[in-house]
Amino acid sequence: MARRLHVVSGKGGTGKTTVAAALALALAEQGRRTLLIEVEGRQGIAQLFETEALPYEERRIAIGPGGGEVFALAIDAERALLDYLQMFYRLGSAGRALRRLGAVDFATTIAPGLRDVLLTGKACEAVRRRGADGRFVYDAVVMDAPPTGRVTRFLGVNSEVAGLARVGPIHHQAQAVMRVLRSPETAVHLVTLLEEMPVQETADGIAELRAAELPVGATVVNMVRPPVLAAVPDAYGDDPARLHALAATLADAGLPDAARTAAPLLAQGRAYAHRLVLEAERRAELARHGIPLHELPLLADGIDIAGLYRLARLLRDQEW
Amino acid sequence: MDAVPALAVDPLLDDPGTRIIVCCGSGGVGKTTTAAALALRAAERGRRVVVLTIDPARRLAQSMGLTELDNVPRPVPGTATAAGGELFAMMLDMKRTFDEIVEAHADRARAEAILANPFYQSLSAGFAGTQEYMAMEKLGQLAARDAWDLIVVDTPPSRSALDFLDAPQRMGSFLDGRFLRLLMAPAKAGGRAGRKVMSLGVAGLGMVTGTLGKVLGAGLLRDVQTFVAAMDTMFGGFRARADATYRLLQAPGTAFLVVAAPERDALREAAYFVERLAADRMPLAGLVLNRVHGAAVPELSAERALAAAETLDAKKVAPPGMDDHRTGDADPEDGRRTPDPDIPPPDALAAGLLRVHAEGMRQLAREQRMRARFTAVHPEVPVAEVAALPGDVHDLTGLRAVGDLLAG
Repeated sequence: MARRLHVVSGKGGTGKTTVAAALALALAEQGRRTLLIEVEGRQGIAQLFETEALPYEERRIAIGPGGGEVFALAIDAERALLDYLQMFYRLGSAGRALRRLGAVDFATTIAPGLRDVLLTGKACEAVRRRGADGRFVYDAVVMDAPPTGRVTRFLGVNSEVAGLARVGPIHHQAQAVMRVLRSPETAVHLVTLLEEMPVQETADGIAELRAAELPVGATVVNMVRPPVLAAVPDAYGDDPARLHALAATLADAGLPDAARTAAPLLAQGRAYAHRLVLEAERRAELARHGIPLHELPLLADGIDIAGLYRLARLLRDQEW
Repeated sequence: MDAVPALAVDPLLDDPGTRIIVCCGSGGVGKTTTAAALALRAAERGRRVVVLTIDPARRLAQSMGLTELDNVPRPVPGTATAAGGELFAMMLDMKRTFDEIVEAHADRARAEAILANPFYQSLSAGFAGTQEYMAMEKLGQLAARDAWDLIVVDTPPSRSALDFLDAPQRMGSFLDGRFLRLLMAPAKAGGRAGRKVMSLGVAGLGMVTGTLGKVLGAGLLRDVQTFVAAMDTMFGGFRARADATYRLLQAPGTAFLVVAAPERDALREAAYFVERLAADRMPLAGLVLNRVHGAAVPELSAERALAAAETLDAKKVAPPGMDDHRTGDADPEDGRRTPDPDIPPPDALAAGLLRVHAEGMRQLAREQRMRARFTAVHPEVPVAEVAALPGDVHDLTGLRAVGDLLAG
C-alpha cells in the first residue's frame, strides 16, 4: 500500500521544514494532490514558498514538478479545538462560551498534550477525508512535525489520552488517530546532517519510534556537500620539497603569492579531508539502522523556490 | 557591519552584578554547549557558578559528571579552582521538579492525592509546555537558595524559543481565569455546580460543563476536577512564584544571551527574540554567533581560486594520442622516479585545494550575508563570534576552547 501520511521530523537546524515542503512537492505527481501541514506555528512554509502567512485553511500554494497540486495548512490549535468540538457536538453558543471562559486557552496552551491531540487529530482527519466521489481528497499528507526529541511523544499522545479518557468520544477519536499513525499508511521520516549530534539523535529517535510501534520511514541526509577533494596524502605534510612543488604548481596556475598561501591552503584541505572521513563514518552509522537513506545536496544559494523544486525532483526519484 | 559592537564576555562573567545568564535561541544552534562553556569559564575565573542544562548531549553530560537525572546541582569534576571559583551542574528533571512543588506547597495527604492523580501524572511527565514551566521554576528555586554567584541557564528546545518567557504569564492568566473556577465548581459544590455556574452570569455554562463531561469522558473530567481542586491551595504559591521568576528575568542582574548560528532560520529566530526581550523589558547582553567559518587565505576570492583550479584541469588534459601511450605496461617517463600511485601529483591536489577554498569562501559570503541582515535591523546588539569547530564538544577541554573563542 502506498504511504499516505508522511511525518517529517529532525533535529533543530537540519532543515526538516524544507524537506517536508520538498516532499509534498515531490509527491504531487501528475493529477495528484498533496497537503502540507505545519503544526508549530512558525509560518515556515509560507516563508519557503515566499507567500503571505498561511491562514487556518487548506489553500493551494504550489503546482508540483509533476503537475499535481500542493495545498498547505498551518494548523491553529485553538481553531482545531473548535472544529473538533463542532465535529462531535455541533456546538454553537457553547463553543463561544468556552472561548470566553478561557477554556480554549486552557485546552490549547495550558493542558499539555491536548494541543498535540488536536494537531495529530487534524492531520489524520485530512488523511482519511473523502470527497463526494468517495475517493480520498488528498493522495498524500506531509506533516512538518516537531523535532526528533519530541516527535515520539507528539505522535504517541493519543495512546496516552486513550488511556486517560477511558470512555467517550475522545477515547474513540484518540484510538482512531493511533490506528492511522501506526498503520503501514504512515511513515515517520527523520532529517539529519552528517554531524555527530543529529546522527545520534536520529539513532535515538528511530529506537523511540520503534519502541512506540510507530512506523519509521526513511532517513534524509540534508545539506550534503559533494566532495571536491578526496584526501590529502600525509606525504605532503612533512616533505618541504613536496610543499615547494605544490606552491610552484599553484603559482603556475596563476595564483599570486603561492609560496605563502600553499601551506595554509594545504592545512585547510587537510581539515576538509578529515571532515569527509568523519562524514563517511556517520553515513555508515546511519545505514546500519536498516531504513532507506536519501541524500539531498546543500544548495549554494540557500533555499528559494527554485531550490525547493530542485530538491523535490531529487526526492521524486526515491521510493517513499 | 564594522560598526557592530563586540560582546565583551569576560567583563560580563566577572561582574559580580551578573547573577543570571539565560542562553536562548532556536534548536540546534549550540545553546547547551554555550551555556556550559560560559559557566566553566566564569567558574575558572573565580565565581561560584551553577549551570542548569535541559537536554545535554550524552557525552557532554557525562564529562560534566551528570550521569543521572537527580535534579540536584553536583560539583563538576576537573574544574580548575585556583581562582577560588567552583562549578556545579544539574540537568532538569521535569517530573521531579513538579513533584517537589506539590510536596512543598500542599499538606501530606493532599500532596499524595495529587501525585497519584492520573491527570497529574501525564501532565508532569512532560507533555509539550511543561518543560518551560519547570525550567523557570527551577531557575527561581536556584536563585532563591542564593548559594551561587552566578546561575547559567540553558533553555528548552521549544517549538518556539520564546515559549519559556510566556510560561509564567500563561500560568498566571490561567490561574486568574474563570475556567479554573468553573472546573473546580463541581468538585467544591457537588450537585450545586450547575446553579453556581449559572450565577456567574454566563449563558450556556451548564451546557459547557455537560459538554466537557461528554467530550472528555466522565472519568477524565473527574480526574481533572480532583486534580484542580487538590492543587487549589497551592495555586497561590504557584502564581506568586511564576510572577517572581518573571520579575527575576527583568532584574538588572540578569543577562540574556541570544544564541544563533549564521543561518537564515536561526538568525530570524534570534531577531524575534531580541525584539521580544525589548518588548518585555528583559536585559539583553548580546548575540552569540556559533559555528562561524573562516578561510585560510581570506584575500583569495572564490572566483580566482576556481579559475586557477580550471587552469590546472586544462593542463591535465593531455594532447590527443598521449593517453594511449600511458596505458602501456612500460613506464613512459622512463628514467624518472616512478610516481607513487597513492600520492596524487601536485596538479590534482592543488586543484582540489583550490576548490575546497572556493567552497569555504562561498560559505563565508553566505554567512556574512545572513549576519548582515541581522545587524542591519539590530545594529545595537553586541556580537561574540565562535569559530566552527571540527567536531562536537564532549569534555571540559573542549568547553574551555569554546570559552576562549567566546571571549575573543
